[in-house]
Amino acid sequence: MNNETLIPKVGIVTDIRIDTPDVKTFRVERPEGGKVFEHMPGQCAMLSVPGVGEGMFSITSSPTNTEYMEFSIKKCGCVTNWLHAMEVGQMITVRGPYGKNFPVDTEFKGKDLLFIAGGIGLAPLRSVINYCRHYRDQYGKIDIVYGSRSMDDLVDYNEIIEEWCHDTGVSVHLTIDREQEGWDGHVGFVPNFVKELGFDTNKVAIICGPPIMIKFTLAGLQELGFDKTQVYTTMELKMKCAVGKCGRCNIGHKYVCKDGPVFRCDELDELPDEY
Amino acid sequence: MKLVKDLSALYEAIAAVQELYLPVENKGRVDFKLYEAGANVDIKTLKTVRSAKDFFFTQTETLMGFKVEGKNIEVEDLRPEVRPFVAFGVRGCDARSFEVLDKVFLVDPVDTVYEARRKAGTVVTLACGRPEETCFCTNFGITPEAPAGDVTTWLTEEGLYWQANTDKGEALTAAIAAVFTEGDGKAVEEQKKAISDIIAKLPLANLDMTHLEGVKEETFWGHPVWKDISETCLACGTCTYVCPTCQCYDVRDFDCGNGIERFRCWDSCMYSDFTRMAHGNNRNTQDQRCRQRYLHKLVYFPRRNEGMFGCVGCGRCVAKCPSKLNIVKVIKALGGK
Repeated sequence: MNNETLIPKVGIVTDIRIDTPDVKTFRVERPEGGKVFEHMPGQCAMLSVPGVGEGMFSITSSPTNTEYMEFSIKKCGCVTNWLHAMEVGQMITVRGPYGKNFPVDTEFKGKDLLFIAGGIGLAPLRSVINYCRHYRDQYGKIDIVYGSRSMDDLVDYNEIIEEWCHDTGVSVHLTIDREQEGWDGHVGFVPNFVKELGFDTNKVAIICGPPIMIKFTLAGLQELGFDKTQVYTTMELKMKCAVGKCGRCNIGHKYVCKDGPVFRCDELDELPDEY
Repeated sequence: MKLVKDLSALYEAIAAVQELYLPVENKGRVDFKLYEAGANVDIKTLKTVRSAKDFFFTQTETLMGFKVEGKNIEVEDLRPEVRPFVAFGVRGCDARSFEVLDKVFLVDPVDTVYEARRKAGTVVTLACGRPEETCFCTNFGITPEAPAGDVTTWLTEEGLYWQANTDKGEALTAAIAAVFTEGDGKAVEEQKKAISDIIAKLPLANLDMTHLEGVKEETFWGHPVWKDISETCLACGTCTYVCPTCQCYDVRDFDCGNGIERFRCWDSCMYSDFTRMAHGNNRNTQDQRCRQRYLHKLVYFPRRNEGMFGCVGCGRCVAKCPSKLNIVKVIKALGGK
């Protein structure tokens, strides 16, 4: 009876961090403490507010965090508006984990990694980045290119500045779309910034962001000499079941919830352009 | 061969051991209903208006409840209790639709509600004495003269011939043994022949399907048929609701006043909000949605399931679409006709 995938477990929000004007990061635990379930980097969970609705969210925290899960969520619709109005102590429902994870223990092992994120696109990559930082000796050099509209819209800014920037072998390259007072870093869009930085191609690239940013960044990487088989991304489409049955997140014969959300870019070539 | 001469006695006998569902006429419309004495059973009408998918995948069902109190939530498992039942008078097309639905609901992770119903149900199929103009099941390898099922039956002038095919079918047969006599089965052979003769003459029963074998998405992606058919599509969703294999569903919450119930209900890819998200919609136009529906049945589903088509040729969409659109037109257009 308890393996019914549509029936969720209860989680309690134990901390809410305000990241940007429209992004908050929620810490979720079981009511009796501990994680609701285990996951791998890149996998997702269905969060719901009974009476309001359910939605798919990437799990932002790394599986190496043994105490809780985190979700960085942008306020943009019905369920997310409700989540943003929550206070600590509020219960929500959680089910998962869903989907294929990033191949952190296979294809990524021993390789140099280039993470490229735009805006809230950092949320799914943070799980991978922190997993690779935790098992630091199993991966090569790590580059992180992250951009957003303004410096106020950079998610996880404190963690980036206070932790990621201080790790050996980790280089962080931040950019914002337009000039802003108090910002002396790079200004410009992510795809161009990636080309300017001019990475060598002996690495795996992982992209997440708005569809248009993914498209241009992939093209930029190809200009630099990357092959699509070296580039991974993670997708999002409307989902209700998260288990490949409700019939709406498909791109051609693949279901994003089950066959994705992580895809290698050459796998996307096989699918029609309907995402 | 087992023969039943008194059909009422058969229904009574089955209903005495399990819940019996069978085609019942009500105000000119035939649909599967729970049998009760005096019901206007109609097993001569070829097709029920609704398909038989309700037996295993019901139009709406409550799956869970939530008690919400302040910040606290309690989850309650409200999945329906499933009792053994007999689905009698199912035609070959609908029987195949169960196999199609199995490929969705019984693959990992298994849908436990569907699985429970599938285990609890004994399917008694009925040969299609007189296939109709809208029938095209034979294109999908379905045999309407001897449909697959736990039990296969043939309605002849002598009575109903009965042949058990599975353990479940044998168990049902044993439980109602008293209703059977023996017949020579000649009428069955005659009927099979007669059905084949009708099929040979039906307009849609012998389509050329070769252009659909082993194809990928890109073959038909930019085909003009999507624009053509979507121009008159009303997006009413009738095709998906009468379709025995359409399995898309929605999950929604309902506030009952003293708690929240979360239910699942049929949904339709023909609706504009089916894929709408806060940040946009990846199928914005009706031609994209029509393409999704037909390519799902003819290309996506077969690609995932060893070539098995997601259409069973029941012809309900052919008969019911208010704009006279249907999958047969699409199959023909994709083949250049």
